[in-house]
Amino acid sequence: MTFAAWLDRRLGRAPRALILVAALGLVPTYVAPLWNMTLFAQQYQDGLRLDIYSYKLQGGNHGQDVHEINVLNHYIGMRDLAAEDFTEFKWMPFAIGGLVLLFLRAAVFGKVANLVDVVALFGYFGLFSLWSFVYKLYSYGHNLGVSAVKVAPFTPPIFGHMKMANFDVYSYPALSTYTLGVSAAALAAALVLAYRARSEAAA
Amino acid sequence: MTTSNRSVYALSGAALLLFAAAQCAPTAPRQRSHRGGGATSDIAIAAQKTYIAPGDLDEYYLFSSGGHSGQVYVFGVPSMRHLVTIPVFTPYPATGYGFDDDTKAMLAGHSWDDVHHPALSETAGDYDGRWLFVNGISGRIGRVDLRDFKTKEIYGPAPNVSGNHASAFVTPNSEYAMMASRFSAPLDGEAASVSQYAAKYKGVIAGIKIDPKSGHMSLGWEIMTPPFDWDLGDAGKKASDGWMFFTCYNSERATGKLEVTASQRDRDYIAAVDWRLAEKSVAEGKGSLVNGARVLDPAKIPGLMYLMPCGKSPHGVDVSPDGKYIVGNGKLQGVTTVFNFEKLQTAIRNQDFIGNEDGIPVLKYESIKDAEVPVGLGPLHTQFGPDGWAYTSLFIDSAIAKWRLGDWQVVDRIPVSYSIGHLCTAEGDTVSPDGNYMIALNKLSHGRHLSVGPSQPESSQLIDITGDKMKLLYDAFTEPEPHYAQMVKADKIHPIEVYPKEENHHPLAVWDVKEAGPTRSGDKVIVKTVVVRSTITPTQFEVRQGDTVTIAITNIEQTTDELHGFGMPGYNFNLVIDPGETKTVTFKADKAGVFYYYCTNFCSALHQEMQGYMVVKPK
Repeated sequence: MTFAAWLDRRLGRAPRALILVAALGLVPTYVAPLWNMTLFAQQYQDGLRLDIYSYKLQGGNHGQDVHEINVLNHYIGMRDLAAEDFTEFKWMPFAIGGLVLLFLRAAVFGKVANLVDVVALFGYFGLFSLWSFVYKLYSYGHNLGVSAVKVAPFTPPIFGHMKMANFDVYSYPALSTYTLGVSAAALAAALVLAYRARSEAAA
Repeated sequence: MTTSNRSVYALSGAALLLFAAAQCAPTAPRQRSHRGGGATSDIAIAAQKTYIAPGDLDEYYLFSSGGHSGQVYVFGVPSMRHLVTIPVFTPYPATGYGFDDDTKAMLAGHSWDDVHHPALSETAGDYDGRWLFVNGISGRIGRVDLRDFKTKEIYGPAPNVSGNHASAFVTPNSEYAMMASRFSAPLDGEAASVSQYAAKYKGVIAGIKIDPKSGHMSLGWEIMTPPFDWDLGDAGKKASDGWMFFTCYNSERATGKLEVTASQRDRDYIAAVDWRLAEKSVAEGKGSLVNGARVLDPAKIPGLMYLMPCGKSPHGVDVSPDGKYIVGNGKLQGVTTVFNFEKLQTAIRNQDFIGNEDGIPVLKYESIKDAEVPVGLGPLHTQFGPDGWAYTSLFIDSAIAKWRLGDWQVVDRIPVSYSIGHLCTAEGDTVSPDGNYMIALNKLSHGRHLSVGPSQPESSQLIDITGDKMKLLYDAFTEPEPHYAQMVKADKIHPIEVYPKEENHHPLAVWDVKEAGPTRSGDKVIVKTVVVRSTITPTQFEVRQGDTVTIAITNIEQTTDELHGFGMPGYNFNLVIDPGETKTVTFKADKAGVFYYYCTNFCSALHQEMQGYMVVKPK
């Protein structure tokens, strides 16, 4: 079977079900956070919590923790964490909605070409979002105001633990990122099954 | 098909694992209690019972009166750690109380009072955790809101009440707080000589009405009485709901050296007042207006007031949890007297009187008394535990006696150090006392603490009352001078930790530093000011000598514990502004010069830098 013929093949029931699973994996981004940062210090025993959603920043303690983080950061000239600075919050929900529609199209029309398209798009979306997140953290820690106490530029932790001044900062993916991971795995499995089906057909 | 099925199962398994991982976000380290263990000596057991490990919380709040300090002290029980002082009648720079415009107006120029009897608000006879009422001897009652532990209102001085000691005991649904004159005086304000005491001086008993929603206090009614010295009170509950009881000494109506002249009679009185009838009589317009208060004459209103003879200058009067017994503590004898409310009602019905005092019927002692309990010398106050247990403080014996309602058996005694006044059991004056702990509020403490010179602290001793025998657990020492205290289960009190921004409707509040700064209208200058870590905005402002300056300070923090101060020694004030709060201070800038202001309440790493200048330009 030529590559072009393979692309034009209809997908089996299992890969289509997996694409549906992948589509479902995107839905939690509308209700659950993607990433969580928690800052502990001696005087913050309960931790200051920051949940990053695809569309908003949510501080712990009824939002008060974002305010508190900003109050602390102003001493070193860090910009306030403000929703309007995150263009991601505008395009991410829209982009995810587009992806869900494309996933559904692939599941319903079910051609290998559709599957390859969504794998490529989803990969691009995932990597771009991750880069955007890392770059954001980098910028916050490096563009420090001049009219403040001087500290060396830094990047807050993206994954795992980091000691920053008196704070123990923990940064971990949250529920939505894990379900996005499930989506990625489901798409990969669908692609593998589609590829095996080609070998079986050839045999 | 089998391959794809396996993939699906594997994927769902992976998804579950990931979901589980997502729940593993780090949490705060939790403090662990270190109770239990194997120690068995009395001291070791006492240590374990009172030791609250770092980070652990106490089981009860103790609200202790501050006596002539004019304040209320709050302790945790069983640790007996002093948590906070709530200023009520006295300026207190530590919290800025009495310096800002609102609290200054509330104090109305008074600089002290004598706080004796805290009364937690009640619903159906149980503490409801809403307010704390405390009496001031000057005829005032302060109301502390337990939502923020701040004094919100001072009622009074009430007209005609002279020496408000039998106060602020509340009725079972906080309908009324009580007041009564300890130092009778002429009602018309005439400077009648003390030689005319018996004829011209009058006592007054008053009901201070409490608004059930807001807690706002207003004068309900007053009753004119003979010039006895009204001493203590308690409200009836359950069986005796609707009545108030007041003890008196000096039913002799004597003057001069009262320690002799007022101790002549074998029996003085406990007054029983039908407060619902008082309420009704005032509503019907009975009585006469004296200094703006409607004063009832009990001789003209049958059923309003009766006198119960009680031995030897009774001090405390305490109603049992079921309301059936009224315990009078005659301080110059060896017994405490228990009256039966049912017998009281029967005697009233049968007009079982032995005479009257200025038209107020005096009941026959033998007809209303249930028991004289031989508790020991100098009984002052009685508090209650569950299952009918009663505890009576003995001033002269320096001890507490434990006895039981109904069989009147004294079963235990514990010495205290020294000279106990009031005592307080956990929720011990409610309809459902907890038992568990008791505090002996002692007047003397010498030798039990490091010496601090002639001015010795007071002692509050914690006693375990869970077993058959009372056991001393801990000595705590306090500033002068707790009288009565009340102990309430910690889970009944729900304080806020910041004032929510949404609730701040102060007209001069500003939440944005851009809006802060002075504005002038004529010779009045308003300086809207923002305090937040670590700047006071504006950092400087100018006024002219003779201006009236109002500085309105908003603490825009919404973080627990981030208080800021605003002290200006040059103009003699210090404010402390809690997170989310706005306070104002108004003064005449009559001195020209440069005056610094700064944050007095340590807030942050750059607290020292939180400062500014007011420049007053000379005329």
